[in-house]
Amino acid sequence: MNTKVTIAGVEFKNPVMTASGTFGSGMEYGEFVDLNRLGAVVTKGVANVPWPGNPTPRVAETYGGMLNAIGLQNPGIDVFVERDLPFLGRFDTKIIVNVCGKTVEDYLEVVERLSECPVDMLEINVSCPNVKEGAIAFGQDAECLYDITAKIKEKARQPIIMKLSPNVTDIAQIARAAEAAGADAISLINTITGMKIDIHKRTFALANRTGGMSGPAIKPVAVRMVYQASHAVKIPVIGMGGIANAEDAIEFLLAGASAVAVGAMNFVNPYTTVEVVEGIEAYMKQYGIEEIGELVGAVKE
Amino acid sequence: MNMRNEKRKAAAKVLGNHEIAPGIYDMWLDTELAGAVRAGQFIGVYPKDKSTLLPRPISICEADERKLRIVFRIAGGGTREFASYKEGDEVEILGLLGNGFPVDEARGKRVVLLGGGIGIPPMVELARELSKIGALVKVIAGYRDGNLFLKEDLEKYGEILIATEDGSAGVKGNVLTVMEERGLKADMLMACGPMPMLRAVKRCSEERGIRAWISLEERMACGVGACLGCVCRTKRTDPHSHVKNARICTDGPVFDAADVDI
Repeated sequence: MNTKVTIAGVEFKNPVMTASGTFGSGMEYGEFVDLNRLGAVVTKGVANVPWPGNPTPRVAETYGGMLNAIGLQNPGIDVFVERDLPFLGRFDTKIIVNVCGKTVEDYLEVVERLSECPVDMLEINVSCPNVKEGAIAFGQDAECLYDITAKIKEKARQPIIMKLSPNVTDIAQIARAAEAAGADAISLINTITGMKIDIHKRTFALANRTGGMSGPAIKPVAVRMVYQASHAVKIPVIGMGGIANAEDAIEFLLAGASAVAVGAMNFVNPYTTVEVVEGIEAYMKQYGIEEIGELVGAVKE
Repeated sequence: MNMRNEKRKAAAKVLGNHEIAPGIYDMWLDTELAGAVRAGQFIGVYPKDKSTLLPRPISICEADERKLRIVFRIAGGGTREFASYKEGDEVEILGLLGNGFPVDEARGKRVVLLGGGIGIPPMVELARELSKIGALVKVIAGYRDGNLFLKEDLEKYGEILIATEDGSAGVKGNVLTVMEERGLKADMLMACGPMPMLRAVKRCSEERGIRAWISLEERMACGVGACLGCVCRTKRTDPHSHVKNARICTDGPVFDAADVDI
């Protein structure tokens, strides 16, 4: 049985990754799971300088999911390179660094800093709904996305994944813009913008008022968008959104994802990532599947 | 490797659960995590209702080798479900979480513990551990009314002074009213309670030059330091985040009051 997948020339031992922002740089969940078992660790977004993030409350539970408005708090690229990358380098897993910024120049600065670092791929966050500048503004308009993708691609030494927002009218058009500008892969979905109101206090549940929704409740939306995006482009798609177990992950593969990422469910069950790896292997055994690639996009039309 | 210090998700069995004041429940759990508890730590308790995903952070009231006690207030759907649990029920917990109070720093000192409302429960384990190392413990417990839950438990480890908001028992007012009226002398304060109370404890520690350790609370998701949901503002740049905030679940919940900007 072969669970290896190759994306933009990078070989992953299996298609299971972590969704950015839900796994830190692996240190915290390294206490629960063996990071060597994962296809890749996708880090929390890192910017050129430290970002303090949003005021609290930053998280709220919703039916079958949660809202967050962390605001991309991060220690900045210098600390990341000195502390987080050496930690991840101790494990036999691929490293994908999620890059965020307020301006195109911010993104380029981080991308250039990482060019000499032991990093396998970059994931460009153009879809965070919780910061006022940058981020999602680049990801909701096909022309803006094309522009930033092309500029990053010019500077990046590693293959780039553009992480797309579901908060758009036509995901196929957005996916095609990323591909046309030279993206090596796309990942989706980032969180869906939501809101929760405390009816007793008559206040917003989050200090930021709106937040990004994640968790099992959003999975059908994510599967639909992964299906649409993967049919719109030839570059590989990394699927995520509410994956709680191997069955969910396989749904994404069948919809057209070449790899998958576990997000909010890490917070619920810290062992989810490894359970998904093991569950996929069991499914392949059950159905006599030799190559994991046989599952990608294999839903019967 | 010392397995007892590792965080993990574990199954626990309910040994007993009953209401000790209106809306406040006292639950004993049988769990292997109990043996390593430090005062001021908490556990995440998972509701069984699958529409609710996240573990509820609940402070540890008391623990011995196999038994762990939590005393919680019904605050929503999750804790309402916990209130319905009966002896023998299985429950999943995540633990042990948080740093706990620096008990060793109180050795040989006069320590005043201040617990307000649902911040009273962790004072039981704290008073127990402090009395064990020979600290001179006084506890001030602040209640809404005359439902003086956990009073007998606290009395075992030191003098207890009571404040009630409605004046139905002890001093009318809050824990700081007692501190002032009784002119209590202390070398160190340790507190858990609502934010206005903790701000007052911080002011008191600054005015009187007494070190205060306060246990903070915030909406949490992961409980293990990954999601950055439950941060508090810090005076100086935090060594982990490299910005002026710290993770309550992991760097706390107990902080030196002088280090946080609340």
